[in-house]
Amino acid sequence: MKIAVLIKQVPGSESPLNIDSSEKGLEEGQIAYVINESDNYAIEEALQICDNNGDGEVVIVSMGPQRAQKVIREALAKGAHRAIHIITGSDEFADPLITASALANAVKEEKFDLVFSGLQSDDLGFGQTGVILGEMLEMSTATLAMSTEINDGKIRVKRELESGYFQWVTMTLPASISVQSGCNTPRYPSLKGIMGAKKKEITEVEFNDGDAFQAVKKLYAPNNSKETMMIEGSTDQIVESLVNILKNEIKIA
Amino acid sequence: MDILVVLEDSNGKIHRLGLEAIVGAQKLASSHNLSVSALAIGSSADDLSSEAAQYNIDRVLKVKNDLVSMYSSDGYTEVIRQIIKRESPKYIFFGHTYQVRDFVPKLSAKLMKPFLADSVAFEVGGDSAISTKQMYNAKLLSDVITTQEPPYLVSFQSAAFNSDNIQSGSAQIEDYDISFDQSIIKTKSEEPFKESGEELDLTSADLIVSVGRGIGKEENIPLAKDLAETIGADLSSSRPVVDSGWLPSVHQVGSSGQSVAPKMYLALGISGAIQHVVGMKGSKNIVAINKDPDAPIFELADYGVVGDLLEILPKLTEALK
Repeated sequence: MKIAVLIKQVPGSESPLNIDSSEKGLEEGQIAYVINESDNYAIEEALQICDNNGDGEVVIVSMGPQRAQKVIREALAKGAHRAIHIITGSDEFADPLITASALANAVKEEKFDLVFSGLQSDDLGFGQTGVILGEMLEMSTATLAMSTEINDGKIRVKRELESGYFQWVTMTLPASISVQSGCNTPRYPSLKGIMGAKKKEITEVEFNDGDAFQAVKKLYAPNNSKETMMIEGSTDQIVESLVNILKNEIKIA
Repeated sequence: MDILVVLEDSNGKIHRLGLEAIVGAQKLASSHNLSVSALAIGSSADDLSSEAAQYNIDRVLKVKNDLVSMYSSDGYTEVIRQIIKRESPKYIFFGHTYQVRDFVPKLSAKLMKPFLADSVAFEVGGDSAISTKQMYNAKLLSDVITTQEPPYLVSFQSAAFNSDNIQSGSAQIEDYDISFDQSIIKTKSEEPFKESGEELDLTSADLIVSVGRGIGKEENIPLAKDLAETIGADLSSSRPVVDSGWLPSVHQVGSSGQSVAPKMYLALGISGAIQHVVGMKGSKNIVAINKDPDAPIFELADYGVVGDLLEILPKLTEALK
């Protein structure tokens, strides 16, 4: 079983997000970059399939600037075997068709049985790349996977639907599956894993920019239309104000 | 055909986000003098098309092929691809539902046309279209432009339009014949089901204390529980708390959990990601405590505190006893 996992490096949730002078991107200097959260579940799902089969190969595939190698090494430290890194100049291609085309070109010779991706990235959040890549590589596709079972060249996927419903869907391999957060318990890298990851191979691929299908025209802070009463002061003052609001304004009891 | 709204089944009715997409289509149609069509696919197509026919829509197409009686991404993609080929709609509108997230990227890849997903607004220029979309976990907004030739595939986030503003009318329903080979569908779907186990109905709760990842760790959950018990509130959570195993999934509020509208929603360490917000923004009073002053929950809150939950919660509970 040969499995690709698509991962992306994104700003950490507590990083300041200052819009740069182009008004299209962010000032990178103050951002602490991390692995996109749902991608951790995609990595774990792939590693567990290999663990259960006793063999197989997990290949991390990422597109982004040079600094993305930090999260690629992290994924290798967890147990992935090697990586393919499509190196871009800047970070943001707000264009899932371009991203998926570049990924498809970089991996088509690999003949993966499975591609796992996270549900969506915490930066741009289009949530499309896994499915588009699957379609470009003529794979079966499924999204919002909560659990997977592999049998006889087929994968059975438990998909999350809305309002607490689930559904099992079976499809032939190769398949591209995007996983929902919470579908497993992602492992942490071991010390041995971290040491070993330094020697693992990262194949660097050049990114050839094609004609864009879409682009960010402007990035801006939302206009807060709702009036929020901010409660300030010492902890005791805050508690006193909250009690007053709960009892006398919202009238909770 | 100018604008095509693709409807989705929600227990035999048009999915709420589909109604909102009709409102968006009616709005674009009246400002640009365009026609609106709607498409109902699958086993509930009769019900959905009859419902759609009461609105101000020019054509309602009904597709009832056995191959799409149950949803599959391949089947739905093929139906819409054929309709686009025959009818050349310029705009195809969807609600940004789980189902749409599943199949519209496939349609986008087949057509090599961008999918302007999760839009909160959509504008049309001379030879371009602009989708406004939340980015960076709803902390920023972005105008995404495409200068591609139509069709434009656009999905709308919950509440992008108000379904109360839907215009009534009467439309003709057309049985629309689509045929394709069974081999196109590469997946086999089983019946949808709910997990059995604990049930908790939060939909009619009057007071809700809700915990997010900002509570820090599982050991801190009792701080929220104590507060909830003290004021007689139900305890709910955002998804990351359930994913981390700190509370069972029955407590989850949001797009994959329950939708609530209590008198008070006290959000503790909840950042306010859209997946959560769609499930609670109907609350009458929203009180948010979060250590991040930039958390999007404060845009929604009536009362906000930037502070440390671990300091505030024990004192607040004590003061309310």
